[in-house]
Amino acid sequence: MAVIVSIPTILRTHTGGQKSVEAAGATLAEVIDDLETNHGGLKQRLVKEGALHRFVNVYVNDEDVRFAGGLEAAVKDGDTVTILPAVAGG
Amino acid sequence: MLVIRRDLVDAMVAHARRDHPDEACGIIAGPEGSDRPERFIAMDNAERSPTFYRFDSMEQLRVHRELERNDEETIVVYHSHTATEPYPSRTDISYASEPKAHYVLISTRDPEQHELRSYRIVDGVVTEEPVEVVESYMFAHTGADDTPDCP
Repeated sequence: MAVIVSIPTILRTHTGGQKSVEAAGATLAEVIDDLETNHGGLKQRLVKEGALHRFVNVYVNDEDVRFAGGLEAAVKDGDTVTILPAVAGG
Repeated sequence: MLVIRRDLVDAMVAHARRDHPDEACGIIAGPEGSDRPERFIAMDNAERSPTFYRFDSMEQLRVHRELERNDEETIVVYHSHTATEPYPSRTDISYASEPKAHYVLISTRDPEQHELRSYRIVDGVVTEEPVEVVESYMFAHTGADDTPDCP
């Protein structure tokens, strides 16, 4: 199942500069594993110790996955996954 | 160097004062590739804290889509420090992810006189930069004032 993944500027070094790439999977975790096979290095920027990294926000369509199952969030054909860097500080 | 209109500086300072003692945050967007801040967008601090800020994730997504539609990008990311100097904290540096953005810090620790500074933060390295406040971008950088236009 193909989804479109929108990549933020800071991570485009892993996608050869591409703003969005295709990936497959039924959950966000599977999509990220699939991304990693084609764009090595992305996974460790997104996932830390089995959970989403606090430095990124990930959305499936219009939903922040932190409130929708995290890495187990369901993804279906035609969905858009958007990755944004979290903007935060002290 | 950050070249920025006075009304945008005033808007950031007003937002910082309004949310004091909590930290205020937001962005100023501009045309892609222009390095020219034009559109002021105050963001909610989802943390509502005097020592921490985080963009509300849903608001951030909405603004992100809006910028994409308008061919705009984030030129300035600003936030306030309400009890300390306007220098990026360790947390600020660890989250900084836009090497092309100007990170503006405003300190509201003094109730009368704010302090505003701008930084580049690239790969964890902080470099302060000068800030030139202008009335209008149209007349910025038109040459030195001591050179007359006509003989």
